[in-house]
Amino acid sequence: MMKLAQWLWGLAILGSTWPALTTGALGLELSLSFQEVLWPLPAYLLVSAGCYALGTVGYCVATFHDCEDAARELQSQIQEARADLARRGLRF
Amino acid sequence: MASLEVSGSPPRSRRELEVRSTLQDKYSVLLPTYNERENLPLIVWLLVKSFSESGINYEIIIIDDGSPDGTRDVAEQLEKIYGSDRILLRPREKKLGLGTAYIHGMKHATGNYIIIMDADLSHHPKFIPEFIRKQKEGNFDIVSGTRYKGNGGVYGWDLKRKIIRLYRKEVLEKLIEKCVSKGYVFQMEMIVRARQLNYTIGEVPISFVDRVYGESKLGGNEIVSFLRGLLTLFATT
Repeated sequence: MMKLAQWLWGLAILGSTWPALTTGALGLELSLSFQEVLWPLPAYLLVSAGCYALGTVGYCVATFHDCEDAARELQSQIQEARADLARRGLRF
Repeated sequence: MASLEVSGSPPRSRRELEVRSTLQDKYSVLLPTYNERENLPLIVWLLVKSFSESGINYEIIIIDDGSPDGTRDVAEQLEKIYGSDRILLRPREKKLGLGTAYIHGMKHATGNYIIIMDADLSHHPKFIPEFIRKQKEGNFDIVSGTRYKGNGGVYGWDLKRKIIRLYRKEVLEKLIEKCVSKGYVFQMEMIVRARQLNYTIGEVPISFVDRVYGESKLGGNEIVSFLRGLLTLFATT
């Protein structure tokens, strides 16, 4: 099944479970504390997902390696390459 | 020789890697180029250096799409310097895109492994022997370079998606057949399809140095089409 279809199915199932439980359409006797947690759950999950995404991106950006050595090495090898190629007859 | 072929264990030394590689394997590097007159001699020199120093059998296939800056002329000179068994020129008349460049290049590849990389010095060929070692170690179908793990990293702030990968030839052929996206997006699609087909993928940390010469062919337009391509992949795979 396509990834998009999978996600839509998942959202549809969760999206129908939550109102069914909160509006009491299923006729279940739910404890007060359970209802107190259930009611803001979608908003809470959305905000958590957003924070996780931002946090991950921020962390990766902060810990990203800066390769100065690689840049220096490349520059010196470029000099070497140009000299060697010129010797072998390359007209730049 | 038979015992070397049968044993699937990782090579114990650099020498053993050389021996195994030279006896059985040939690595074809596909280099699609467009206006890379400055970079092409340098990338070829670095490739030749890395392969020769490691005793690896190779060929470099340059697919130039009618570059107006004289890239083809430089490619011809390189062919004279290094020999037409090492440098294969397979140009095309005009800009026809990355995917078709790979297909075109593969038709002429005599290696059993294909290496795809950019001709603009963003990836240093010194990593290629590591790719080869990693592939042997895990018997991977694909080995991809990553900037995000191990010693990987970047010099120069970049938003561009540059890919360097090693493929078994038959794996790449199969994947290109299945991919439908155009441009840079199709590089991503290859990995998605590869996972679906249960191909094994290994990773090697690499460093990326931002463009030394030349203009990038990536603009704001590409970013939008990248995002669109990503959504298309999401909806169709």
